[in-house]
Amino acid sequence: MVFNKLGYPIVLALALTACANSGTAAPKSASDDPPPGKGKGFDHDPFPSTYRAYPGVPTAIIHATVYDGEGGRINDGTVVLSDGKVAAIGAADLAIPQGATVIDGTGKWVTPGVIDVHSHLGDYPSPQVKALSDGNEATAPVTAQVWAEHSVWPQDPGFSRALANGGVTTLQILPGSANLFGGRSVTLKNVYARTVQGMKFPGAPYGLKMACGENPKRVYGGKNREPSTRMGNVAVDRQTWMKAVEYKRKWDKYESKGGEPPARDVAMDTLMGVLDGEILVHNHCYRADEMAIVLDMAREFGYKVTAFHHAVEAYKIADLLRDRGTCAVVWADWYGFKMESYDGIPENLAILQKAGACAMIHSDDQNGIQRLNQEVAKALASGRRAGIGISDEQAWTWLAINPARALGIADRTGSLKPGKMGDVVLWNGNPLSVYTRPEKVWIDGAMLYDADNPRLRPVSDFELGQPGEGDVK
Amino acid sequence: MKRLLLAAAALIAAPIYAETIAITGGTVAIGDGSQPIRGGTVVVANGRIVAAGAGVAVPAGARVIDASGKWVSPGIVAGVSTLGLMEGYGMDEVNDTAASKSPFSAAIDVSTAINPDGQRIATERSSGITRAFVFPAAANTMFAGQGAVIDLGADGDPLTRARAFQYVELGEDGAGPGGGSRPAAYVLLKTALAAAANPASADFAHRDALITRQDAEALGPVVRGTMPLLVHVERASDIRSVLALKARWPALRLVLVGATEGWMVARDIAAAGVPVIAAALVDLPEKFETMAATQSNVGRMARAGVTVAISNADISEGPYESYLTQYAGNLVALTRVPGAQGLDWGAAMASITSKPAAAIGMDGEIGSLRPGRRGDVVIWDGDPLELASAPTAIFVDGVAQPMTSRQTRLRDRYLDPVEKNLPKAYER
Repeated sequence: MVFNKLGYPIVLALALTACANSGTAAPKSASDDPPPGKGKGFDHDPFPSTYRAYPGVPTAIIHATVYDGEGGRINDGTVVLSDGKVAAIGAADLAIPQGATVIDGTGKWVTPGVIDVHSHLGDYPSPQVKALSDGNEATAPVTAQVWAEHSVWPQDPGFSRALANGGVTTLQILPGSANLFGGRSVTLKNVYARTVQGMKFPGAPYGLKMACGENPKRVYGGKNREPSTRMGNVAVDRQTWMKAVEYKRKWDKYESKGGEPPARDVAMDTLMGVLDGEILVHNHCYRADEMAIVLDMAREFGYKVTAFHHAVEAYKIADLLRDRGTCAVVWADWYGFKMESYDGIPENLAILQKAGACAMIHSDDQNGIQRLNQEVAKALASGRRAGIGISDEQAWTWLAINPARALGIADRTGSLKPGKMGDVVLWNGNPLSVYTRPEKVWIDGAMLYDADNPRLRPVSDFELGQPGEGDVK
Repeated sequence: MKRLLLAAAALIAAPIYAETIAITGGTVAIGDGSQPIRGGTVVVANGRIVAAGAGVAVPAGARVIDASGKWVSPGIVAGVSTLGLMEGYGMDEVNDTAASKSPFSAAIDVSTAINPDGQRIATERSSGITRAFVFPAAANTMFAGQGAVIDLGADGDPLTRARAFQYVELGEDGAGPGGGSRPAAYVLLKTALAAAANPASADFAHRDALITRQDAEALGPVVRGTMPLLVHVERASDIRSVLALKARWPALRLVLVGATEGWMVARDIAAAGVPVIAAALVDLPEKFETMAATQSNVGRMARAGVTVAISNADISEGPYESYLTQYAGNLVALTRVPGAQGLDWGAAMASITSKPAAAIGMDGEIGSLRPGRRGDVVIWDGDPLELASAPTAIFVDGVAQPMTSRQTRLRDRYLDPVEKNLPKAYER
């Protein structure tokens, strides 16, 4: 009782102080507080990133084919990294800084690091034992209160394979899709750390994982609970958004006018973040008709769906997605593994691109994340066979700038523009060929994988001392 | 006798008549491990390969197909598949792979339920897959039942060989249905094989009998060595335990499926003469029993002299036979990664054609363009293992196959997603 009565306001007041940076004197009472200002009523970043870039050396890769990640291509190109950033990108005549390490990229390709916008590494790690199965809080259909980062096991061996075989430098870890509101996602740099905070992409916005379709209705219908139907899914969604709108109204009033702070609710904090545009919605959804319903629901409550994930029927509504500015996050060719994926076709990505919709690849899989470049190559080839002309360098946007945009980090990574993070892959050939693998990977300018150097091959704690430790994987 | 007749009928189920075809000018991959041959010719007559390679004459009256600038290969053989047995995951109503409420296990015979008309067969065929080994899944014991070899031809007769093999889960996936632990599954396996070897000695009437007389009878050909026993194991120690079965039942025709830690015991596998249908690229300790997983597993086993095929075993990326060419290409990619062990191109191609066939003793029948094999031929618009390549023509038993599927129909309907004068439902 004492704790409830006294502890809560004191903690809150401390948070307010820290956030508003408004001096050291404790207020006499809550009602005397000045209004904290929009978004400053409580700490929005209680688990801040502690990621720091590792040291690198000024590096110039020369004579390589360069895809800049935004659709540009330079043959016989030069990419210069320094101070952890992309310093310059240009043709063969680009000046190379004094003292830079020069790497001959003849016959090789340079691209921005691969970004996977949909991964469960860490929250469904290897080994897949029950004790480590932390991706779905499948105890209620609305669990907006959970945060994926609190499930991420930083020792998942999968991070190393995504780096070494896939050239993945940034990835979003999402809660699973058992629930309508699965919880918050987290965006990570693909750099091992002792803590998840040490992997968090500094300043990346949070995401909210939502799900429509078969999974929520199966999980809760199976427990004889709502929702057991698609209409039940939407009903619970709307009821929840109505509560979130009310929560936001109270907090907006408090933050603009002061007075007694409303009671906090962890789930509602996240949903308010969505309504404020601070948290991006990543909505697992397969069928075209369901995506259209979700788009109207978003309009009803005043939020934006940043991206539909899986979206195997996105091609059927490519025009609608384009008009509403919602991205489609898809596989190259998965189909028929459940009823709602029955109509998947390998031309999905290409049809979306042709229609001018925002589209990108994703893995949702600890093996697929090792081959996203190959998935793009297949989707591209399927599109071309259907008569859709897309260049290789345009297709590379599907795993570079487009996922960076969907994650709200396109100003910092996702392409080789000078000033962006030095997240770069040197491939030992054409990365749209099956015969090609990453040769070197830099993250924030630090070389963290080198096929030619066994010491630059990360081994997680879990694999240390086990059979196969340090083996090529 | 009846069983023998049925088996014989299954073996000659190919169409009696198919036209004579000569595919000329292409880069020909025989599928037997040899390197591709530029400007080769493939001749197919009466549903069988007559000849393939350089300097092959075009028979008089043959229909000549110009494959200049293209590649020609045997049809891809899917070594671990559920084609024809299930339309998709997450749809119990159309999934006949597992039978947890049946009293039977080893006796289950998938050949009685293959549906050649589901969308997956036409879709996967259009990726160049022409044959598949159809696996039941273990449910109430670790014996899954008898698998079949099928073709993916667009006809009503999918069976190449019914009851082509028995499939059993040991290791982690076998421990549960085997009674709760690896040793429990192992003792059940040995008990069942003993009952199969000597049915008169077995007490099938006992209420605790774990397998039925029908199951034991189905295992008869296994202990006699006339039916391969495909065993799914991953861990090195489990592989050793399986190889040890040969000491008591020397006639067993063992085939390992998965074998992710096979590289650790590759010399033992090679010495035992046991082929492997491996998990292609598994490189994560997704289970404790795959702790030493590496993509170099296949290459290392092959270098040790093991007959290695690759398959969809243990993959998490959906049940797509179409991925086999991609996986094989990745094994070639490994030859360019320092410290890794992969396969050269010819061996990689063989790992998805003749090697799976050889693993179950059918490489005289399918899996290559050597004379006498089934006329399963694919013409590709490029290197079959490359991501951008696709078939332009497919023959099964010498018969040209349609190149359409539900997927191509959906594609054509939605290339422009916007409705015109009528709803999309009228566009076809």
